[in-house]
Order: sequence, then C-alpha cells, then structure tokens
Amino acid sequence: MAEVKLQDVSKSFGKISAVIDLSLTIADGEFFVLLGPTGAGKTTTLRLISGLERLDSGSIFINETDVSEEIPSKRDVAMVFQQYSLYPHLTVRENLAFPLRSPQLKFPEDVIHKKIDEISQILQISHKLDNKTTELSGGEMQRVSIGRALVRNPSIYLMDEPLSSLDAKLRSDLRVELKRIQNQLGSTLLYVTHDQIEAMTMANRIGVLEAGKLVQVGTPREIYEDPVSLYVGGRLGLPRINSIPSSIFPGSPEGAQIMGLRPEHIELGKGKEAKVQRLEHLGDQTQLHLEIENHKIITITDIHSQIQPNDIVHIQPRNPLYFDGSGNRVR
Amino acid sequence: MNSIRVVEDDLMAEISINNLRKVFGDFVAVESSTFKVADGDFFMLLGPSGCGKTTTLRMIAGLELPSSGEIYIGGEEVGQKPASQRDIAFVFQMFALYPHMNVRKNISYPLTSQGMGKAEINKKLAQVAAILGIEDILNRPVSGLSSGDRQRVALGRAIVRNPKCFLMDEPLGALDAEFREHMAGELRELHDQMKATTVYVTHDQREAMQMGDRIVVMNHGVIEQFGTPQEIYDYPATMFVADFIGSPPMNFLHFEGNLNQGEDSVIIEGQKIGIRTVKESIQGSLVLGVRPEHVSFNDQSGYRGRVDSTEYLGTTQIVTLTTPNGPLKARLQSDLKISEGETVGLEFREELTTVFEHNSGRAISASIRAETNRHG
Repeated sequence: MAEVKLQDVSKSFGKISAVIDLSLTIADGEFFVLLGPTGAGKTTTLRLISGLERLDSGSIFINETDVSEEIPSKRDVAMVFQQYSLYPHLTVRENLAFPLRSPQLKFPEDVIHKKIDEISQILQISHKLDNKTTELSGGEMQRVSIGRALVRNPSIYLMDEPLSSLDAKLRSDLRVELKRIQNQLGSTLLYVTHDQIEAMTMANRIGVLEAGKLVQVGTPREIYEDPVSLYVGGRLGLPRINSIPSSIFPGSPEGAQIMGLRPEHIELGKGKEAKVQRLEHLGDQTQLHLEIENHKIITITDIHSQIQPNDIVHIQPRNPLYFDGSGNRVR
Repeated sequence: MNSIRVVEDDLMAEISINNLRKVFGDFVAVESSTFKVADGDFFMLLGPSGCGKTTTLRMIAGLELPSSGEIYIGGEEVGQKPASQRDIAFVFQMFALYPHMNVRKNISYPLTSQGMGKAEINKKLAQVAAILGIEDILNRPVSGLSSGDRQRVALGRAIVRNPKCFLMDEPLGALDAEFREHMAGELRELHDQMKATTVYVTHDQREAMQMGDRIVVMNHGVIEQFGTPQEIYDYPATMFVADFIGSPPMNFLHFEGNLNQGEDSVIIEGQKIGIRTVKESIQGSLVLGVRPEHVSFNDQSGYRGRVDSTEYLGTTQIVTLTTPNGPLKARLQSDLKISEGETVGLEFREELTTVFEHNSGRAISASIRAETNRHG
C-alpha cells in the first residue's frame, strides 16, 4: 500500500478544463472519497492517476515515485468501474485469478489459490467460486469485480462509482462491506461518487470537487459542519441546506447576503411566521415544506406531527451559516 | 393551492384491480392481486427487481394481457382492451424525446397525431407550459436542454393528452441522487396541482415514501402490504416489508418466547421489554422488530449491547451494536459521543415495536388499522 500525491494536476479536453490545478495527498491506508456532481472532474482525476489519461501539467507520485509518464500497467493501481466487466465464459474463480496470471505478475498457482480463498471469504462469494459469472446476481457480479481488484494488492485501489448500478438495498449492504474490507486490508483507496451517503459513511476524508477544482478537503464531519461555501454546504445533508436572504432574520455578520440553514437547525414554535406548503412522510422523519417571505425552506418535524398544509408556524434559526453574494462563507 | 385540472370533463379515474394474475409459461409473475387506486391518488408499486410490479403496471397499461382477473379504469373493465383504448399516459424513461423536434412540437405531438385543431392545440400547450414553468423554452430544440428541462418536456407530452391516469415506470431511475430528490419533489408538486390518478413503479423505498399517498409492497408476485407510507413504516405486516422499507431497515432481534393474546411485554435474556400488544397467542421462534430511530441508550436498562462502529451522517449517526439476540443499528443524534467497544443499556419505543413469527415472517402485533394489511 502507498501514499498517493497529486501536485498541481491539470487536464483539459479541447476547450473544457476538466481538472484544474488539483493538489492532494492521499495517506497510506486512507479511504478517500472525491465527491461532486456529474462533470465536476471526478472520473478524469481517477483516470489521470491510473494513467488512462495523460496529464497536461503537474505530477503524480505513488510512494514518492513520480509516475506521471508511466503507462497504466507500471503504476500498480487497480480499478473498479461502475459497470462490472467480467469474462462471461469464465468461472468466478478464473475471473479472480486472471489478474494474478498476467504476464507482469505471474503468481505461482498455489499462491493464487490462497489469495482467491481469502478474498472470496471476505466478499462472501466462496460458495459461488465455480459458477459461471453469467449465473450470478448483479450484486454478486459487482462483488466479483471488486474482488478482482482486491486480489492484486496494488499501491492504490481506484473505484469509480462501483455501487451506482445496483439497487438501493444492495448498495447499502455493499457500502458497509466495502468499508469493512478496506479497513481489514489497510488499503489506500480512492473512491469517486456523487452519492453523499456513500461519501459520508465510507470516507476517512472527503474532497469536494466543483467544476474541476478541489474546493474543500476534510472529514465528513468537518465538511458538513464547516463548509467553505454554499456549494460545499449543499453537497452533504438531506434534505439539503436551505438558503435564504440573510436579511429575513436579524443578526447576520457584515458582508453576509445569504443565510444557509440546515433543516435540523430550525426551531419551531418561536420567531418568524412561515406558511406550511406540504408535508413529506419519510417514515423515520417528516419533512415540512415551508414558505417564508416568498422563499422555500425545508425543516424536519416529529413523525406524528399534527401540522397541516396551510398552517402558520413560527421558525427561528439555530447556528446558521452565512455566505456572501457569490456563495463564499462569511464568518 | 387550487387544483388546476386540464381535464374539462371531470371523469372519475379510480383504478380497481380484481384478482389480477399473470403467468409466463411456468412462471407466476403476479399472483392473484386485488387493490384499489382512488381517484387522484399518487399510488406506488414498490418492490425489488422481479417482484411483479412492472408486470402489474404493464397490465394496467394494456402492454400485457392478464392471465385472469379484471382491471377497471373509471368504472370500465379494460382488462382485455388494447393500450390505445385505455386513455392512459405511460411515462417510461423521461428522456425519450424526439430529438429533431423543438419543445413545442415534442409536447404537442400526441395532439397533432390525434388530428386536433391548431387553436385548441395552442391553448392546451399554453396550459401545460404554464404548469411546468417552461413557457420560455417552447421554441428551443430539445437537444440543448438541461436534463431537468428535458424531463419537464417529457412530462408535458404525457400531461397534454389529458389522460385519465398516468402510469410511470421508474421515471427517475437514471438520474443521479441529488437530481432525483429534486425531481421527486417537483413531480409531487405537479401532482398536487393536477390531481391526476398516478400509478408509479419503483424499487426505491425512499422515493415511494416521499411521493406516495399509498403504497403497495410486492415480493415474488405477491402483495405483502397495502397502506399509507407511515402505516407501512410503523406497522409492517411482514418481515419482508419491515426489512425492505427504511434505511437502515428494521432491526430483528431473535428470541424464543411464549406470548398470550393481548400481552404487552416479552422477556428476552431475562429482561422485560415492553412491546406493542400482540393480537394472538403464539410460541416458539419469534422476532422483535425495532426501527433504528426507536432505539435509545439508557444506563438504567438491563438489556445491553456492545458498540461495534459508528457511521456519521450529518444530522444523525448510525451506531452498530452487538446484542445477545443479533446485530442492532441505532440512529442517534450526531453530537452524542459514543466510543467503540463500550457496553450500553438499550431502550426501545415500545408502541412502535413489532413482533413477528420467525418461520412465516408474519407480524403478530396488533396493527392500528388491521384492515389495511391485505394479502394477495
């Protein structure tokens, strides 16, 4: 396992800057998640590290060795993609053994056997080793894809939304499993996703990307509680952070134009009047959609709340965050 | 908000499904199912892949013919009628637009092909554009639109026909999480304006909870439960439903017990634990179901668990524990300091616990509205 360091890395495709001056160090053994919406530069960053794309400028170091000009197979990275790409005519065991039999690695067969046993136990697919991959469910196939990366013991695992093609239930199971496996193996892992739940539950640290730029790096708690901008504030938290003009409530600091208010940071029962538009019952919580001075705001209320649409409630912010006109944090 | 109804003739569009069944060769896709979708309901068919929800929807649409049973739309039996005679609008993937036409032509296409007059088309188009807030992009080509606008155009094309009801098959499935959340809210607001009967298929329990007035949960072609989102969440009829709804799902604590009808506590590991009253006497392998947010820590409690791990989620954290009766997840405030390895006393919100019979998976707790738990 290894430390991976990106230094002022940039990449454009024609006129589009996909990654701009990105610097980042992923510590040995760290589970690092790059989070951002479609087009933020997540996948390009991953492909630059793997060597599938060439850098325009900057350098990439794996264990303090500059690999910027190396071909992918010399970089000792393992990738898992969103769509599982298994060999359909081979069994699970043969699929898992394939990377170990490659000309570069050429492990002896008894070592291969041992590694496959280990990994298949961790992934709970031991009982399917002799099945053709076409006989597997979607979740099992994706576990085999992950397994094929795991058997290799590379410097770093690069994963590109590996869970997004699975259904909701399986995704949440594999989330826990993947984190457990990474922990157990002590691997360095870079994982890109647009799914904030994945980011929050698996990451040691999250890097938030905005239009090709890395705008904040921190633990999930740091990013959630102390975002540098409204954009970052909106990346974590469901329902999303509310943004309203800061003039609606008194007490905003100089330079602030926008108040960012987490749904759970709204106290009901005192303060300003707001009109209830609708309620969303999610089972574990009920979301209250309110309108205050023509601005929409969402808060959370008790599951069995008696509040009805068109009711007037009073709301008061608690620990609001403030931002200037362009969305940068004002402290 | 006043309901804006594009429909001039205010026809009731209740959908009534009666002993509907579908087999493909030896495979039973949908077991005899009965349920009713009230006029104006936003109705969810929810279940894992292969549970029969899409087949059910396709039978309502007329894209599959039932093997037996009846389908009534607005009082008329349509089970064996072709799709074109059913007056419904089917929304698949919402991105299916005609790429060579502009927004206006895409939306008015269903009317043009019906041979409707120009003046009337324009009137309807204006109404639909106003509902969807897309008046300013009517002359734009669809190829340059944002994904949100493309979705609105596709919806517009479904709405403009004034169908009795909308049938939607995972229309938001292909979108990324954040945008899906946004469009789900928008779809629900649109429904609140139009009040058109909608049947919506999804495998995403959160989407179903968020948007639905009523949910049918299906598994292996069988209706497991039918009810409002909160009823299904609070009073699951089966272990399948309890596990499928909620994230993380309901915890299952396994124990051996002997319960009499009307009893409101169980003894597990020598500790007395309060439960929702059971509706029948039962003994043997039982399961106590507890939702993660109904677990709290209390040092006074003799029922104890060991903390294995915590997952930070912003507002809350998920704490995974080991108990004598299996693993347990608790959803707690994220500012609560919890150390891995510590042993804590556990307390449950007893009125929201559910006891199940282990082998059948059936709930034996008295439900508040027992008549909603129908089995197909």
